[in-house]
Amino acid sequence: MKFEHFGTGIIKGLAVTLRHLFRKPITTQYPEQKLTTSRRARGNELVWDITKCTACGTCAKACPQGVIRIVTSAKPVENRYVVEKFEVDTGYCIFCGLCVEACPFQSLLMGYSYERAKYRRHEVVHTNEMLLPSAKRPASGYMYPKLAKALPPQTLLIERDEVKG
Amino acid sequence: MALKTESFALNIGPLHPSTHGVFRMRAVLDGEVIANMEPVFGYLHRGIEKLAEERTYTGVIPLTDRLDYLASMSNNLAYVLAVEKLAEISAPERATYLRVILAELQRIASHLIAVGAFVNDCGAFFTPFLYMFREREKILDLFEMLSGQRLLYNYMRIGGFNQDIPDEFLPALQKFVSQMPGFIDEYDRLLAENEILLARTKGVGILPQDLAVNISASGPVLRASGVKWDIRKADPYCGYDRFEFDIPTGTAGDCYDRYRVRIEEMRQSLRIIEQAMKQLPSGAVKSTVPYLVRPPAGEAYAHIEAPKGELGFYLVSDNSIAPYRCHIRAPSLINLTALRDMTVGWKVADLIVIFGSIDITMGEVDR
Ligand code: SF4
Ligand code: SF4
Repeated sequence: MKFEHFGTGIIKGLAVTLRHLFRKPITTQYPEQKLTTSRRARGNELVWDITKCTACGTCAKACPQGVIRIVTSAKPVENRYVVEKFEVDTGYCIFCGLCVEACPFQSLLMGYSYERAKYRRHEVVHTNEMLLPSAKRPASGYMYPKLAKALPPQTLLIERDEVKG
Repeated sequence: MALKTESFALNIGPLHPSTHGVFRMRAVLDGEVIANMEPVFGYLHRGIEKLAEERTYTGVIPLTDRLDYLASMSNNLAYVLAVEKLAEISAPERATYLRVILAELQRIASHLIAVGAFVNDCGAFFTPFLYMFREREKILDLFEMLSGQRLLYNYMRIGGFNQDIPDEFLPALQKFVSQMPGFIDEYDRLLAENEILLARTKGVGILPQDLAVNISASGPVLRASGVKWDIRKADPYCGYDRFEFDIPTGTAGDCYDRYRVRIEEMRQSLRIIEQAMKQLPSGAVKSTVPYLVRPPAGEAYAHIEAPKGELGFYLVSDNSIAPYRCHIRAPSLINLTALRDMTVGWKVADLIVIFGSIDITMGEVDR
């Protein structure tokens, strides 16, 4: 290949990288600083509201991975089945959110938290009380705009970076 | 006395940093020159087409995310269009416009990786790559705002979307659309005239026009060879005929043209997004669709212009809640079949450049 002015292209390119030296960094020092995730975050672990759940099983049927298992009482108590076991094997969960969309009684929510790695395999299987919401396991606003409004706004990279032509 | 020489078989991959995933190539070398090249598919086979047969129509959508994981929105779109065709459902206007916006944003995000990884393969070690990742990150932010995840969106539903866009989405998108042309100009200043890039890509890995058509290549690979073929124009879906945009084409069909076509396509995508944002109607984002879609027995094929080429879903229904057959026409796989013809006669170092210029995702090649 022949070039008329060899080197001009490279110098132009270097001017761009040089200008980058004077731009504000947009990276975050992750474990110390954290960005806020989306208000609709489909984080790890499902959040389940035991008081609203009617054990209808719609969520279990909607799950493409088949990770939700529900055991109910054999006989209804006060015209309602009692949930004896509600088990989610998060090891197989792909966090697609279809169960949350399917639940007709607003009793299943996506989790807002992340960093949920576990040391033992049995720890990723969540049963009954382990699924309840708590300060450590907040629920996200996925499919529930009212809940989403209450969460802090997502940090957007677009707000941090400006281009100067 | 003549030296006795023999050809040498070199295995590249499946676990090799420049194979963009896990792809194996068996190259037969004559010295440093490639005498023969045999792509070996199947290392990442997960049986997605078979898995789809035992899932409900909605349950397949998260699977399609995992095909071309750099362009999940486009996969979602192609699949839901196929189901909508099969079940004769139509999405509301607002959803159609939003689909166009998201598909074009996804095209920009995918091309940013394609170009970034390609120049990385050419030896521009990670500087342009990270510049482009920075802009891609902004798109991922927007997608995260909509769907809750950064890579596997699972956002589109049969008949629209699962939830409407939040209020803060359109201002953020507007900001992105107004900033992005500046960044694309910056990439051009950084790379377009760079002598090393030109020397490594101009005239390298030429895919002749007739061969490109014969192997039914599509997307930027086909357009770089000078064929003006874009499904958005040739068979408009989602109302693409309402927007004004050009189809950038190359002339030589070499690696440099493929790179140029992608950069130009990003500009055109921004044009489409701008128009779609202006015309975005209000209203519902999902039409009333039964909880379990049960299409009448029959078959349907829907194709879209995904970032990498023509992505098609062929669905057969037997009037049950799960597809009887789901076949995926993956652009990466078909574009990859040209690899042998493009690489024979070039050196090993060029093989990596040529391979990078096709822009493949292994999730889609092996399914
Ligand atoms: S998020 Fe998806 S995979 Fe996980 S339990 Fe719900 S439906 Fe199943
Ligand atoms: S769909 Fe909702 S109410 Fe029904 S079993 Fe699941 S969590 Fe409970």
